[in-house]
Amino acid sequence: MGRASGVDEDPASLNLRETELRLGLPGSQSHDRSKPTLAGVSIFGKDLEFSLSPSKNSAAPVSGAKRGFSDAINGGKGVGGLFSPRSGESSVNAHQSAASNSKPLSKEGFGASPQTKTLQEKKSQAEAPATKAQVVGWPPIRSFRKNTMATNLAKNNDDTETKSEHGCLYIKVSLDGAPYLRKVDLKTYSNYAELSRALEKMFSCFTIGQCAANGLSGQDGLTENCLKDILHGSEYVLTYEDKDGDWMLVGDVPWEMFTDSCRRLRIMKSSEAIGLAPRAMEKCKSRD
Amino acid sequence: MAYSFPEEVLEHVFSFLSSERDRNAVSLVCKSWYDIDRWSRRRVFIGNCYAVSPGTVVRRFPEVRSIEIKGKPHFADFNLVPEGWGGFVLPWIAAMAGSYPWLEEIRLKRMVVTDHCLELISKSFKNFKVLVLNSCEGFSTDGLAAIASNCRNLRELDLRESEVDDLSGHWLSHFPDTYTSLVSLNISCLASEVSISALERLVGRCPNLRSLRLNRAVPLDRLAGLLRRAPQLVELGTGTYTAELRPDVLSSLSGAFSGLKELRSLSGFWDVVPAYLPAAYSVCSGITSLNLSYATIQNPDLTKLVSQCPNLQQLWVLDYIEDSGLEALAASCKDLQELRVFPSEPFVAEANVALTEQGLVSVSEGCPKLHSVLYFCRQMTNAALISIAQNRPNFTRFRLCIIEPRSPDYLTLQPLDVGFGAIVEHCKGLRRLSLAGLLTDRVFELIGTHAKKLEMLSVAFAGDSDLGLHHVLSGCESLRKLEIMDCPFGDKALLSNVEKLETMRSLWMSTCSVSFGACRLLGRKMQRLNVEVIDESGDRPETRPDNCLVEKLYVYRSVAGPRLDKPNYVWSMEEESPELIRS
Repeated sequence: MGRASGVDEDPASLNLRETELRLGLPGSQSHDRSKPTLAGVSIFGKDLEFSLSPSKNSAAPVSGAKRGFSDAINGGKGVGGLFSPRSGESSVNAHQSAASNSKPLSKEGFGASPQTKTLQEKKSQAEAPATKAQVVGWPPIRSFRKNTMATNLAKNNDDTETKSEHGCLYIKVSLDGAPYLRKVDLKTYSNYAELSRALEKMFSCFTIGQCAANGLSGQDGLTENCLKDILHGSEYVLTYEDKDGDWMLVGDVPWEMFTDSCRRLRIMKSSEAIGLAPRAMEKCKSRD
Repeated sequence: MAYSFPEEVLEHVFSFLSSERDRNAVSLVCKSWYDIDRWSRRRVFIGNCYAVSPGTVVRRFPEVRSIEIKGKPHFADFNLVPEGWGGFVLPWIAAMAGSYPWLEEIRLKRMVVTDHCLELISKSFKNFKVLVLNSCEGFSTDGLAAIASNCRNLRELDLRESEVDDLSGHWLSHFPDTYTSLVSLNISCLASEVSISALERLVGRCPNLRSLRLNRAVPLDRLAGLLRRAPQLVELGTGTYTAELRPDVLSSLSGAFSGLKELRSLSGFWDVVPAYLPAAYSVCSGITSLNLSYATIQNPDLTKLVSQCPNLQQLWVLDYIEDSGLEALAASCKDLQELRVFPSEPFVAEANVALTEQGLVSVSEGCPKLHSVLYFCRQMTNAALISIAQNRPNFTRFRLCIIEPRSPDYLTLQPLDVGFGAIVEHCKGLRRLSLAGLLTDRVFELIGTHAKKLEMLSVAFAGDSDLGLHHVLSGCESLRKLEIMDCPFGDKALLSNVEKLETMRSLWMSTCSVSFGACRLLGRKMQRLNVEVIDESGDRPETRPDNCLVEKLYVYRSVAGPRLDKPNYVWSMEEESPELIRS
């Protein structure tokens, strides 16, 4: 099964991805208001932009003209939409930055040029087929339908590499002790590092609470360190339930195999995760 | 002299009022009518579970037998509402468990239902008959087992499009052997296998079963057995429609289908092997409702199937039908009332099928009763929209989605303002509208001017300025629900129309230009509005300056005050006290 967001990118276009998925808080200095599907936003006002490494296992798109339409949605970033390059502008983007700069809302015309267009964006407009970055909520199709169609297409196209149309793959993520679940779209990440960072952000609001409970201040900087300590200081590990219903440690198998078999994720306390790793390795071996 | 009917007479008269709104109106006439309505109301509809508290409802209507409650905003369907947002049904179940021992029907939409809720339902209502969980989540098959075990009089169990924690299919076997009252079962959303023999026994012993929607896991070669046990079926959703082509299976299936003399509705058809389609041909002439929206059949098989159903009133289909199929549909299905065309590959910018605006035009020309449309496509013109509007002034629901946001008329490169303007101008009974393509403030002016019966409007990537939103809020007299994403609408329009918001059920705005200041103002000024901001950054609301823009805003009228079950990323703008510590 090919990867949904795999695309040919040269290292110079690293920033294409970055601009597409970079988070911008309303009112923050960042001009980009687009956000990746479901990843948390910055912590305490800091714009933590995760840099996305170019996909190493990118699949070649079938048609050279195939483009991620979400570029248009993301406002000025990346390749323009189907119909014409200038639809890459985002009126909302212009408004967001205008508003945050206390300017009157400008009348957005067809082809109006927002002040947010950067060199990166212009450059990426010249790029060939862009990534299909998923925009939350668009197109307006329900998850059940998306997931069902994705399975249909996967079955029909087993031998082709291009899976850019396979929508998203929402899976539940739970954190032990958190009051509710989150969902992530695995197809928006291309490797474990990205996923891990996204999850860190997503659950930061819970673990920050833990910091506070531990008597640490909830101010900037301290919290960030505290968070990293919690996640990296082996208090929590990331595990997943695979198709067979077994719980495995995340990171033991190649990324594609992981996205193929992962049914749900669970961030569990390290103390509970003992004994998972060996099984994962055995399983991996038995598959091969 | 006061002239009045005895109460019993009035109560009898009121019993003929089936519409909620009519009963609500009746209750406003005078105190005695209010009281009579109050005691005789058997059915309650709660459009927004946070608009009123369960306690209030239960106190006002003590004799309710049937309740319908809706939770999350519609855009939750598209993942715009984060997990844990709310819509918990437990407080409702708990309140009703205490006050409505004779409750028979619970219908929920977009609510969070836990196994505990299901257990409570199964044990609290002795005469429980109908459970419909539409787009709900939070429960597992264990909860279903409780329902199956304990609800002796259950008639209807419908899980349509719910997200169920599918632990196993064993729950179905919890229906006792003495249980025979099943009328309707919809398990199409479940992933796991149920025991087919248990299903066969269940189906076999329930003579009143009229609706059976199976899940994908039910294999095709077991379908015939099920159908033979329920020849009285009116609605059928098949399981997977794929199997190795075997003549014995095919003929058995054909025979089984031909026994379904009452069948009117067909759905399912996952993973279709076209060679098995003819098995269902015998029922086609009676079919009025056909849902092929998960079926991977393409033309010519698809068109052939659809054309065999001359009495079709409702068709849900993938864009594999293409313009040619829609033309055939227009020619053969003159009774068609509702059409939904879903995209087979929505995440690809280019068209993978030959479906264009022409298909919709054909149907609008050929089907005089067509009044409800949901159409996903990749191109549109003003001319086509005008044509459609002129052909079909009887539209009540018109939802268009052009896959690429902000797509102009592909021939003239103009915005689609004029096209949608024609829709609202000609279709005077239009109640629901979803816009698409490149749109300026002009379209909103037209909507505000003409769409007087419009109740629900969905907007994305449209408009130029606050004026757009203002036109809608000030002009659309019947507006109840407004949902907006990624539009440059902001404070001015919102604050100029605050009273309007109280006449509506709800307003959703995400990734627009609304500021925290405006939300605070709105929250403080309008006591009967709940103004909720969704902000997932992890900051505290007090840290946000007034001019900072909100990510997502959900405003709804309520007599219950700010809700108490908010997750930490939902902030009520009415209450901004520094001492509220969010964990």
